[in-house]
Amino acid sequence: MTACQIMTSPEPDILVDISDVWVRFDGKWVLKSIYLKCYEGEILGIVGPNGGGKSTLLKVILGLIAPIKGTILLFGQKPGGQARLNVGYLPQISHADRSFPVTALDVVIMGLYQQMGLFTRFRPRHRQAALEKLEQVGMADHADKPFGVLSGGQQQRVQIARALVSDPRLLVLDEPSTGVDSVGQEDFYELLAGLRDSLQRISVIMVSHDIGVVTSHADRVACLNREIHYHGETDSDMDSDIHQKVFGRNLKVMVHDARCVSCNMRHVDHD
Amino acid sequence: MTEWLHMGFMQNALAAGILLSIVLAVVSCFVVLRKFSFIGVGVAHSAFGGVALGALIGVSPTVSAIVFAVCVANAIGVVGNQKRLSADTAIGIFFSLAMALGIIFIGLSNTYNVDLFGYLFGNILAITHQDILIIAVLGSLVLASIRLFFKELLFVAFDSEVAHVSGIPVMFLDHFFLTILALTVVISMKVVGIILVSALLVIPGAAAAQITDRYGAMFAVAIAVALFSTIGGLCISYYADLASGATIVTLASLIFFVFFGIGKWLKGKG
Repeated sequence: MTACQIMTSPEPDILVDISDVWVRFDGKWVLKSIYLKCYEGEILGIVGPNGGGKSTLLKVILGLIAPIKGTILLFGQKPGGQARLNVGYLPQISHADRSFPVTALDVVIMGLYQQMGLFTRFRPRHRQAALEKLEQVGMADHADKPFGVLSGGQQQRVQIARALVSDPRLLVLDEPSTGVDSVGQEDFYELLAGLRDSLQRISVIMVSHDIGVVTSHADRVACLNREIHYHGETDSDMDSDIHQKVFGRNLKVMVHDARCVSCNMRHVDHD
Repeated sequence: MTEWLHMGFMQNALAAGILLSIVLAVVSCFVVLRKFSFIGVGVAHSAFGGVALGALIGVSPTVSAIVFAVCVANAIGVVGNQKRLSADTAIGIFFSLAMALGIIFIGLSNTYNVDLFGYLFGNILAITHQDILIIAVLGSLVLASIRLFFKELLFVAFDSEVAHVSGIPVMFLDHFFLTILALTVVISMKVVGIILVSALLVIPGAAAAQITDRYGAMFAVAIAVALFSTIGGLCISYYADLASGATIVTLASLIFFVFFGIGKWLKGKG
């Protein structure tokens, strides 16, 4: 299948613009001709099977991997460098060391280190900004608790606060459902929707193998299995009107279900 | 009981030991937090190659050991970052290569001017005022540079991926820390010896981590552990006529096990 491009409407800003991006590891193409746009104020979900290139695409967006071919623009700039200041990143929960001797507040303040610059110590205003973000994610009461004693869901909230503390325009979430129980997941997505509503301009790119969760919480969903497949795209009889609906940015893309054969995924959860 | 403090060589050893304790404790906290314990072992052993090279070409062993250890530490960093090779494989190769080169250099130099065993196992009788000066100057340099990059080193140790994404120069900081590690090893060689210095690059931080859950407290406890082990170790070694480096490390290890037990007990209670 060839790559497809989202049809765009002119008004909202395009925060992320990926155009014909190709990435190869050890002689194998991991990403092929990826076109993807993320608009201001939307939650874009990227789902796909393990090994389908989700993490690689995320790393391309974060500027950690340079594509062999193609261009990627974040806020009109190349990834990395100044663009980094506008990106908040939530890694998989498993990345954090639970025995690390830091408090929840310490973790949030880390999100300000880059703004503070080298050689400087944090000041009361940095502490205040971090406390405000903890308040926003409902973790203010846990500010002085060791990060390691918090539950998976609480740690995730603290990390969201860290990602938000520098007031980014784009929030990138890597498998936010991993390591969090189902109640915690529901709370998390409620929080995410609340944040999106309160922080008007922020956009979210969420990568997950959990199709059900992404389709119910994202505004638009892209399926990635080395190439981008938007749900419904396989329907060759789709007329231009439906096509417009499927790819138009203001519409929630069709719910992923067993008919979506293009992404070649196993429908184990939430189907 | 204070008789040992009146001996000139013990005064030198004590001054050097106190200065080193602070440096080793601070570095050991980052070694433990960044999970670089095995790199510490590799870098420490590589210093032996440097000492032997100094003996061969007639350069001060301290200078040649600094150059050699800094190069090996950074080489481990570069090779260990490659996807094809895991970091512990890189360390295993470099540290045995450095030791092997050291043995070849000794064979080629045919000299007994340098007390190689003193460098391997530590020799407090050999601590001069010049050594104390070197420890004070380089030790202060190590502490000052850690102070400069403290928050960045902490972030990288906690979550290097997020630190990298948010623009912290992770690779630079890793090489910077490896260089600091090499300098710390070299200034510690004469007191505790190359073989045992790697223990003090881990134990104070590891012991402190058992009973603390704030990084500030961890650094303070690590310094206290290192000071207690060094001063206590030197005192015991004098009266019991034991090797000073080995006594210091044994005492530090005992403290670790006590703290390990306390830590388990505290967790069970909490």
